[in-house]
Amino acid sequence: MEPYVNGFVETPAGLVPRVRTTLLGSDIRETIVTRIGFGRSDFKVIPGLYCVGNPTPQSPVLVTANYKLTFDAVRKELGGLNVWILVADTRGINVWCAAGKDLFSTEEMIISVRSARLDEIISHREIILPQLGAPGVAAHKVRKGCGFKVIYGPIRAEDLPRFFKRGNKTDEAMRMVSFPIKDRAVLIPVEIFLLSKLLAITALASFVLSGFGPDFFSFSAAWTRGLGAVCATIFGILSGCAVVPLALNKLPWREFWPKGALTGAVAGIICALLFSGTLGYLESTALVLWTIAVSSYLAMNFTGSTPYTSPSGVESEMRRGIPIQAGTALLAITLWMIAPFTG
Amino acid sequence: MENFRYIDDIATLSLDKKACIGCGMCATVCPHQIFEIQEKKANIMDFDACMECGACAQNCPTGAISVTPGVGCASYIIANWLYRLTKKKVNSVCC
Ligand code: SF4
Ligand code: SF4
Repeated sequence: MEPYVNGFVETPAGLVPRVRTTLLGSDIRETIVTRIGFGRSDFKVIPGLYCVGNPTPQSPVLVTANYKLTFDAVRKELGGLNVWILVADTRGINVWCAAGKDLFSTEEMIISVRSARLDEIISHREIILPQLGAPGVAAHKVRKGCGFKVIYGPIRAEDLPRFFKRGNKTDEAMRMVSFPIKDRAVLIPVEIFLLSKLLAITALASFVLSGFGPDFFSFSAAWTRGLGAVCATIFGILSGCAVVPLALNKLPWREFWPKGALTGAVAGIICALLFSGTLGYLESTALVLWTIAVSSYLAMNFTGSTPYTSPSGVESEMRRGIPIQAGTALLAITLWMIAPFTG
Repeated sequence: MENFRYIDDIATLSLDKKACIGCGMCATVCPHQIFEIQEKKANIMDFDACMECGACAQNCPTGAISVTPGVGCASYIIANWLYRLTKKKVNSVCC
């Protein structure tokens, strides 16, 4: 038995597992592992009907995705309540992403309702979906397909108790997405971890390229210059993947690539100052340019993690940003390579 | 989200008021509260806040709304460009 199940409730359609509304150590470990992006992050829940408390045929039915973190976020808000939870098969993907992929979809809702035999267990004909599932689900078609009316509930699971208190109605605040600093901060570790392989390759290339000079190849130059180049790459990553998300609404401009270029310029100057003892004027310029290019590119990629960037907007900023990033990176590498010959 | 604004005049969102029956679904599902129902018709109150998620068009029973839905994610768009160039599937970090 899964650790989050702590009993069963009898229904005309068989036993339904009752789940805990508090998280265990194992749940928290899974959350941390997923958030860091190191190790497996595909924790799933078996799709089907679950419940909390002692629900009756009149109790409300919440629908959610079978991504473990989503399931945990929902059940931990339901302490003291009697609610059915219908877990749809979204292949372990969260509601928002699954809705965009047609996994949290009209068809999936109809299949879930039917295979759980909800009509035999429940006397009413309403299911409550998270509002962020709406891009994948046509409420009127679900009703036609299985007889259940879709009610869109709050975006955030933490609003569920308030939603139930209001008689299963959302208010304006529950329907509006938000992107507070804590939501932005939790994304940072994964973004950085995903880059570790690329960073290792870049570091290796940096040491090798840094060794070339008038004496053909110098190991001491490879080391001293290489360190500077690696530092610039790391500063670029921190600037684009951490500083930009944290300071997102404090930075000027609406597009992401200039935000990243700005923080990258500051990070690059700091990096160049750290190495001012060993590196010349051309090399310092190259370090700053490299940091700008890396940071700007990564900041642009952060668009995918925000709940307000339209694909049309992202594509148009990419057409402006990418040529500038590529040009800056190329100039940085060129200056870096010719610097030893000019000393 | 007043403190987060993205690029203006670019969303693909459009509303055909003649087809609208004023049911209010679009106003319910839009995560940016872009619609308001006035005199039994939907109105677009804040066009530039649209993130093209497609929830409104998907849930409009009369097909009065059109929008090209998608994910606003640079690495996904790059993966698509590469796919068109190379015909090879490229993984993106987006969801
Ligand atoms: S596409 Fe999404 S963000 Fe744009 S109006 Fe429709 S529901 Fe709102
Ligand atoms: S969902 Fe469609 S029909 Fe209903 S109010 Fe909006 S535009 Fe009008």
